[in-house]
Amino acid sequence: MAGLVSRGFSGRRRTGDVKLPPGQYLTEDFPVLSSGPTPQVRTERWEFTITTETGAEHHWDWAALRALPAERFTTDLHCVTKWSKLGTTWEGVSLDTLFAGVETTAGYALAHSYGGYTTNLPLEDLLGGKAWIAFGYGGKDLAAEHGGPARLLVPHLYLWKSAKWVRGIRLMNADTPGFWEGVGYHNYGDPWREQRYWSD
Amino acid sequence: MSTNDDHHLDANAAGGALREIFSVDVTAAGTSCATCAHSFTFAEALLHAWAPGLVGRCPACGEVVFRLVRAPGRAWLDLRGTTCLDIRMPEGR
Amino acid sequence: MARTAILERLTWRVGTVTELLQESPTARTIVLHIPGWPGHLGGQHVDLRLTAPDGYSTQRSYSIASAADGERVELTVEEIPDGEVSPYLTQVLEVGDALELRGPIGGWFVWRPGPPTPVQLIAGGSGLVPLMAMIRARAAAPGTGVAPFRLLYSVREPEALLYAAELGERATDGTGLEVTYAYTRLAPEGHERPPGRVDAALVRAVTWPPESRPSTFVCGPTGFVESAAGLLVAAGHDPALIRTERFGPTGGRP
Repeated sequence: MAGLVSRGFSGRRRTGDVKLPPGQYLTEDFPVLSSGPTPQVRTERWEFTITTETGAEHHWDWAALRALPAERFTTDLHCVTKWSKLGTTWEGVSLDTLFAGVETTAGYALAHSYGGYTTNLPLEDLLGGKAWIAFGYGGKDLAAEHGGPARLLVPHLYLWKSAKWVRGIRLMNADTPGFWEGVGYHNYGDPWREQRYWSD
Repeated sequence: MSTNDDHHLDANAAGGALREIFSVDVTAAGTSCATCAHSFTFAEALLHAWAPGLVGRCPACGEVVFRLVRAPGRAWLDLRGTTCLDIRMPEGR
Repeated sequence: MARTAILERLTWRVGTVTELLQESPTARTIVLHIPGWPGHLGGQHVDLRLTAPDGYSTQRSYSIASAADGERVELTVEEIPDGEVSPYLTQVLEVGDALELRGPIGGWFVWRPGPPTPVQLIAGGSGLVPLMAMIRARAAAPGTGVAPFRLLYSVREPEALLYAAELGERATDGTGLEVTYAYTRLAPEGHERPPGRVDAALVRAVTWPPESRPSTFVCGPTGFVESAAGLLVAAGHDPALIRTERFGPTGGRP
């Protein structure tokens, strides 16, 4: 879709000497993307559920989540709309901790959110220290516009996989495309392999 | 759960992206929501444009009525939230 | 006249900047010559695409400000502090530069010359731009002045007014355009109303009553549009006659 070069136009972004995934640009701010209204979920009403392929449910309310051991970590974010933000600091509970008591042989997961958003990913991408339920960002509570009170964070995949306002994860034997995966976006979404669209 | 929405536009703003696909203006078409059966003009859908694609939502119930994703050389249009488009066709040959 | 139902897909065109007009301290009008431009209706917009030398590209939508006039098209752009595109258009762009755009776009938020149905325009800030195109199209249409127009224009302060001189002239030329200014922060000396937001009393006082069944066009920031449309419906206007165009902080995709 490259077009005529606009004289004097560079856009609001920086190119540094850091290595970014192909096609990405560095940003300093934290763009807010959303496909619907921002849900305002109060922590006293918040609940998170893992549902296995057999229908077994595991629930956490806010107090139960916060009673689990939390981790502070620093990671880079890569959005499929081509911005990358480096060195972001988060606080959250590892999904390994949440899955510790979950019996499953499912291969796939569908994360779903307050507001109706969904995204799918292989279960193994949620485990092994690669994914969190995050509730703190930059030393503060995670703001609603960035997915607070809690969002899924799977930073090794494009950011649309890190469902904001996460409400639960459903485990499945068969893969099911989520909100964007069903309409052109890549089923897996590895930024380093530039898996943006079905055709990639 | 309440929602706080200060990001949406009207689907008027999706007119250009849709005219890449359709030879007529779809934004003036009558539209029926597959979720709540509300009838409205396509341009009245609430448009969320700051997203990986364009997302239009029903002005009555807020459910998704269309999704449009544009990639180099390719576009995907999901209208499963819309039951029918009533399109005014130009007179002519 | 504009052909709104052109049986072809919309493609990108290249226009050349022929003139730049400062409209306010933060807004300027870009006059373009666009070869092959098919004409347009008041209220339509264009998508504009900017591309950096390294291939980075971004798009925004801008309302057309002018009435159809051959291959000449005017856009008025308000600078958004910290914006990615508008500061380029208001500060960097020069006469002679080329701009890539596609349009005209939209068949809903448009005014078509025709029956003498009263028209109510309600603008918040630079939401005036597509409504000005309707006012100009009305003046340019044959049988001028048949449809009586009223404009309620909410603006921060006198300095931020767009097209002030032209609106003043058109409102006094006897062709049936009434203009009311509502200043939200600072009103000029002697203005009949203290600064404040558009409210129910003002809507009742200066807009067409519901019985006139005006075609109504509301354009501005999302909050303004929702508030104004809400006041109209509360005043008894038929929601089916109210057309809105909201613009976000950027009006485009990231």
